[in-house]
Amino acid sequence: MRFDYHTRYRQGFALLRHRSDWLSYGLLAAALLALPMLASTYLVGELGYVFILCIASMGLMALTGFTGQVSLGHASFVAIGAYAHAWLMAQGVPFAASLPLAALISAAAGLVVGIPAIRVSGLYLAMVTLAFAIVVEQIIGMWRGVTGGYMGMMVETPQLLGLSLGSPRVFYYVCLFVAALVLLALANLMRSGIGRAFTGVRDSEAAAYALGIEVNRVKVGAFGLSAGITGLAGGLMAHHIGYLTPDAFTLLLSLDLVLMVVIGGIGSLRGAILGAVLISLLPNAVAALKSLLPAAMARQTGLEIFVAGLVLALFVLFEPTGLNGRWLKLRALIESFPLYRRDMFRRQKTYMKSERNR
Amino acid sequence: MSSATPLLEIDKVALHFGGLAAISDLSISVNSGEVLAVIGPNGAGKTSMLNLVTRVFDASRGSILFKGEDIARLPRARIAHLGIARTFQNIELFDAASVLDNLLLGRHRFGAGAWWQQVLRTPALTRREEAHRARVEEVIEFLDLSPWRNAPVAGLPYGVRKVVELGRALCAEPEILFLDEPASGLNPEESRDLAFWIDDIRSDLGITVVMIEHDMALVNAVADRVICMAQGRVLAQGTAAEVQAHPDVISAYLGA
Repeated sequence: MRFDYHTRYRQGFALLRHRSDWLSYGLLAAALLALPMLASTYLVGELGYVFILCIASMGLMALTGFTGQVSLGHASFVAIGAYAHAWLMAQGVPFAASLPLAALISAAAGLVVGIPAIRVSGLYLAMVTLAFAIVVEQIIGMWRGVTGGYMGMMVETPQLLGLSLGSPRVFYYVCLFVAALVLLALANLMRSGIGRAFTGVRDSEAAAYALGIEVNRVKVGAFGLSAGITGLAGGLMAHHIGYLTPDAFTLLLSLDLVLMVVIGGIGSLRGAILGAVLISLLPNAVAALKSLLPAAMARQTGLEIFVAGLVLALFVLFEPTGLNGRWLKLRALIESFPLYRRDMFRRQKTYMKSERNR
Repeated sequence: MSSATPLLEIDKVALHFGGLAAISDLSISVNSGEVLAVIGPNGAGKTSMLNLVTRVFDASRGSILFKGEDIARLPRARIAHLGIARTFQNIELFDAASVLDNLLLGRHRFGAGAWWQQVLRTPALTRREEAHRARVEEVIEFLDLSPWRNAPVAGLPYGVRKVVELGRALCAEPEILFLDEPASGLNPEESRDLAFWIDDIRSDLGITVVMIEHDMALVNAVADRVICMAQGRVLAQGTAAEVQAHPDVISAYLGA
């Protein structure tokens, strides 16, 4: 068992509260930094892609997980970020300026999509975002002058201070750095006033209003923030793909992002990362499994989607709090080893949920 | 004890939902420093009155003056900034958050720093968060919530959730506090604690309290003045004993 002995409030809301946290996260950081020197080029490239998906997943988590707004169209923000970044670089804007600019453009698009979110929520908001994604996909296909249409466009090799960031190993560090930056920024934001306002709007709009939270502004702002971060992931994604076409940013990517957030565990950045790692490694796992399956099954198309759907269904049924919830239970089990009770995390029913003033 | 101008003055207010008049021609004034209880049968318009003041609904007619300023047309989120706090009949807590975060959200109106300070977690922001936290701890101590400080609200017993909601409203440091059926669903001990707290909120914290309540024991214990509403208007007002003895009140409750 561990008992906190805090003498100042800031110890209570520090990100890393215990010496063991410093140790474990330090080891993780060291491992991630050392990995490119040990692993194969293929693996390093794949892990860079995992980091990009982590960024996008954290972006969606800020919206769906913290503010409770569903988006089925986040691939469009990845696309906007990717195309904006590629276009800006083609115009001669340096990499280090182009990436934040692409994120800002994507954030602006997010603000526009967020405006209907004032009016609609839940399923209807999902429809609005879905429609937006379809529109964006069409626009990208038609706007040949900027996006190259369905023929696609080349992405220039990123450069920083005259150094090429093109090789997978170097780009791995770029992705790791941006992902770490986004994680730190979001972690800070979510434990401060803005993050509290997000959860307030998610859990009870009536109470949020009564406490003076401008619910509409928070909702639109969350959309902008989420779209900006997702656009940042899009900019990096452009370099990972190397050649942009509209079919890289389909509904399937949007669904993958939603899967990451739900399987990871709503309302936790750790969940967003765990979900992104799981979902992005799933195709590899399925490919590895194929050799074990009977030939008739292994040759079926859409096996990846089937497995992803199965994993989602299993999580919704057996672990609604996602990977993060599972992680917290595991940690509680280890920390309180002989005293752990299964009921510690049992969800209680709440009955008073009627007559909400919306 | 009646000051020159009332703290809150609801003047000839009406609220219509289509053809249905939830409130018709309601005038209530709340004096600074009193505990006012609003009683009345179900459907009398008590909660609607509260929802009008907190701008959930738009009044069809009339004005609501808070410290002389008409608030009947203000945006809903402005109300808290004036120093008006409320609780809800069917607890509206932020379920997934901890008690601490719920209470910290109560302090939203005092600001949490610029967004860039929050992103960078500057030392100034850390100090500000600590100051908020210190105020929250005072409320936690006042309401005996320390055993639950870090617990998620969703798993708490009903009575504790009610207290957390009261605490969240107190964290907003209001001038006037509206309690919508604070004792409903509480056991006798919790009810008695609540009576002491309401008394202390008025006497020690200097907050004017308006409570909508059915529990007459609580009303008798803490209310300075009682207003009985029925069918969207004031039926009677005065001390608890006067109102309960009023023939109109008796007939409204018994339907005679």
